[in-house]
Amino acid sequence: MQVELRDIRKYFGRVKANDGISLVLKPGKIYALVGENGAGKSTLMKILSGYQPPTSGEILLDGQPVRFHSPADALAKGVGMLYQDPLDMPPFRVIDNYLLGRSNSVRLNYKEARNELEGLSKRYGFEIDVHATIDSLSMGERQQLELVRLLAGGAQVLILDEPTTGISAEQKEILFESMRKMTREEGKTVILVSHKLEEVQELCVYAYVLRRGQLVGEQELPCLNEQLVEMMFGQVPKRSQRPPFAVREPVLELQDVNIETYQITVPDINLSVRAGEIFGLAGLEGSGQRLVMQACSGLVAPAKGRVRLGGQDVTGWSYHRLQKFGMAYVPAGRLEEGLVAGLTLTEHLVLARPDKKFFVDWKENRQEMAERITTYQIVGRPESTADQLSGGNQQRLLFSLLNTPLKLLLLEHPTRGLDVRSSDYIWQLLYKRRDHGTAILFISADLDEIIEHCDRIAVFSGGVMSRILDARETTAEELGHFIGGQV
Amino acid sequence: MTEAQTSDRSWLIRLWPLVPIVAALIVTSALLMLFDASPAVAYRAMWDGAFGGQDKFLSVLAFWVPLLLASAGLVVTFTAGLWNIGIEGQIILGAIGASWVALNVTGPAWVLIPLEIGAAMLGGALWAALSAVLKTRGKVNEIFSGLALNNLAIILTNYLISGPWQPPEGGSFRGTTPFQSAALLPRLFESRFSPLSLILAFAAVIAVYYVLRGTTWGLKLKALGKNPYSAYLLGVSSERETILAMMFCGALAGLGGAVRVLSWFDSLRQSISGGIGFLALLVVMLAAYRILWVPIIALFFSIVLNGSITLQLKTQLHSALGGILTGLMVLFVLLFGSAKQLGIGGKPGTAAGVPDVMPDELPAGEIPPELMASSYPEVDVEAIHE
Ligand SMILES: Nc1ncnc2c1ncn2[C@@H]1O[C@H](COP(=O)(O)OP(=O)(O)OP(=O)(O)O)[C@@H](O)[C@H]1O
Ligand SMILES: [Mg+2]
Repeated sequence: MQVELRDIRKYFGRVKANDGISLVLKPGKIYALVGENGAGKSTLMKILSGYQPPTSGEILLDGQPVRFHSPADALAKGVGMLYQDPLDMPPFRVIDNYLLGRSNSVRLNYKEARNELEGLSKRYGFEIDVHATIDSLSMGERQQLELVRLLAGGAQVLILDEPTTGISAEQKEILFESMRKMTREEGKTVILVSHKLEEVQELCVYAYVLRRGQLVGEQELPCLNEQLVEMMFGQVPKRSQRPPFAVREPVLELQDVNIETYQITVPDINLSVRAGEIFGLAGLEGSGQRLVMQACSGLVAPAKGRVRLGGQDVTGWSYHRLQKFGMAYVPAGRLEEGLVAGLTLTEHLVLARPDKKFFVDWKENRQEMAERITTYQIVGRPESTADQLSGGNQQRLLFSLLNTPLKLLLLEHPTRGLDVRSSDYIWQLLYKRRDHGTAILFISADLDEIIEHCDRIAVFSGGVMSRILDARETTAEELGHFIGGQV
Repeated sequence: MTEAQTSDRSWLIRLWPLVPIVAALIVTSALLMLFDASPAVAYRAMWDGAFGGQDKFLSVLAFWVPLLLASAGLVVTFTAGLWNIGIEGQIILGAIGASWVALNVTGPAWVLIPLEIGAAMLGGALWAALSAVLKTRGKVNEIFSGLALNNLAIILTNYLISGPWQPPEGGSFRGTTPFQSAALLPRLFESRFSPLSLILAFAAVIAVYYVLRGTTWGLKLKALGKNPYSAYLLGVSSERETILAMMFCGALAGLGGAVRVLSWFDSLRQSISGGIGFLALLVVMLAAYRILWVPIIALFFSIVLNGSITLQLKTQLHSALGGILTGLMVLFVLLFGSAKQLGIGGKPGTAAGVPDVMPDELPAGEIPPELMASSYPEVDVEAIHE
């Protein structure tokens, strides 16, 4: 199906999220939509998928002007979208969720639905257990389920908004393969929104570049990364250097820590992270690294073993007590864990600051937030609500809420959804923290990021932690072996 | 939506609570005509019932006060995402607390009345704390514990009336002996209305306004109501704030109970609350959880309900008409949902000129049902339904 967007505009008050965008997408091809954080990518795609109407402009499908009333309406007309934020679903079984999204009749036809679901999964190489409950699925599996639902709904045009943040390398390969199949064999139109230019180059044939709500360039792919980056930012941002690290005293010490959940057991973790050190935890999602991090933050109680922070035994301390003691945790989910949709940036700041007074000094807090907005380069105002920010800007907001000084900083996918320039910038800020003696422990799905930024790395596989590797002497291949469980 | 459009429509958002009221009046009129009754006559009779004489209007005010107190408390619990169905029981416990002082302590009014009020607020707060602790520690949904505690409160009243507190001439199952006159709130012109109670109720409304708008605690409750897990990660202790919010509401409800025994009646009666707690739930829903609308809506409810008492005397119509009218209003609120659901205005705070200091969202989802399947994660609703 050929898609044409004509002079699409979307204004939110004074913000021109989309400012007259026109483009054409032909069937059988994978397109890339790239641009810096807040450029207007998600806004444009939500318009194309019927989630929100444009302020003005036209959408044409196969030359026919259309108007969508809802995402369901758009899907009925052939356009489906996988949203940027992780999907939030009720704790149903997979099959129930699927039926809920699919059938319009009163009677539920389980057998038919199951066949359909399994057939489609098989065609695209997905592995979905229809009887699992949704909350036991990994992010990648939820994504596959949602894709199947869109395909079954008759999507001819598929939009994927940053689909590869937070899924494993394996799931990413499966996803890419399915996207190729959809375009090459089935003639569907696929649009990929992504900040990872390597993926874009590997997968897409044509890129549209947005900046500040406008289309500022288009480009046949593959091309040089610099060409895309220059269009995105107006210039090629220079990569900054990583400052050297001096070994200091240990801050976080785990001693024979065992964690048990009904899904996985993480045995005997011994780990020591020093002041100013950046320590990376690699591994497939659900291999235990997140549990270790949550044990350090007090969100999960270890079944056995001791946790020490700054020399103090903090085993069994609650999250809030640790927070006051100088621990901070930046979770992976933005709007569902970490930020509150509907609260303004200033309100978030008030909640996050340690020295709370009974009456809120709104003026002072608004000023402080305005300062942090400048420091962290957030596109938004103190009185914007968190859900009005673009994905990358939500991530920056999370960082801006961190207090100083910190003994320990725990990060999950710290640069998820950030464009090249901002992730570089965030790392600069993190380096500054390490200079002040903060120990940083972080999880990332991106092996290159781990190798580039860490001092030491541990790899998790099926709950078991590998020996500790020196980041300067390891490669992505070696980490890959450990992830696969080979030692 | 352009800015111009948004500000054009902002008046509609402000006046939103009036829409269900008008709709309910229209439907009730249609119903009346269906039964060959004249709506004009009925409304006229209702009007006379509420305003046709000083005593009638004072009665409207006297009914208004406890309703206002309970509603103000509920705005706080709703903000924190709690369904405090147990409010009815909290009113009753407040009434019991005040009655205990009135029956057991003797002294001048300036000693008795503060004591009674203190005991009432304490009684309501503790009863609410029970619900809260059952939720945070026992994982019992506050709706269920609230319902159970409501029944328990009624049983307790009946026991007191027919047992330890029964009048010397024998248990009548109707109430205790009238309290000593120093124990009663000073009332205006032989009516049931006490100006002092109205001052207290206004103080409560103002307190709730400032708590939600200007205090860290109010902000914590707002965060808790919208997303408990994120709020927790941001440092909000859900257990502490849940208990405090419930106790705050319980204290105001208890004060309402004191007003019922000390000015509406003069003794502890069998159905002391008269359903004011449930009515308050409706008031707050109709006010879309905005405290500044609460006094107006509560007054309106009081007028309709008091007015329909005379309705039966003057016309052949049953006094249930008042109930029908208020019930319909709530139905319309639930049907229409919040203004946003109809696509009037944008997100809270984005609409030009609408201050986002009040919790102005209905817990009824703002997500169109078609979206539920693919569930775009904007739900701040789940917390309330859990
Ligand atoms: N509902 C809204 N209300 C107000 N402003 C909004 C709203 N949604 C988006 N915006 C603004 O529109 C601009 C574009 O946002 P959008 O989400 O499209 O960016 P994006 O290109 O997807 O960025 P990212 O890469 O960070 O996800 C941002 O400045 C954002 O703050
Ligand atoms: Mg986006």
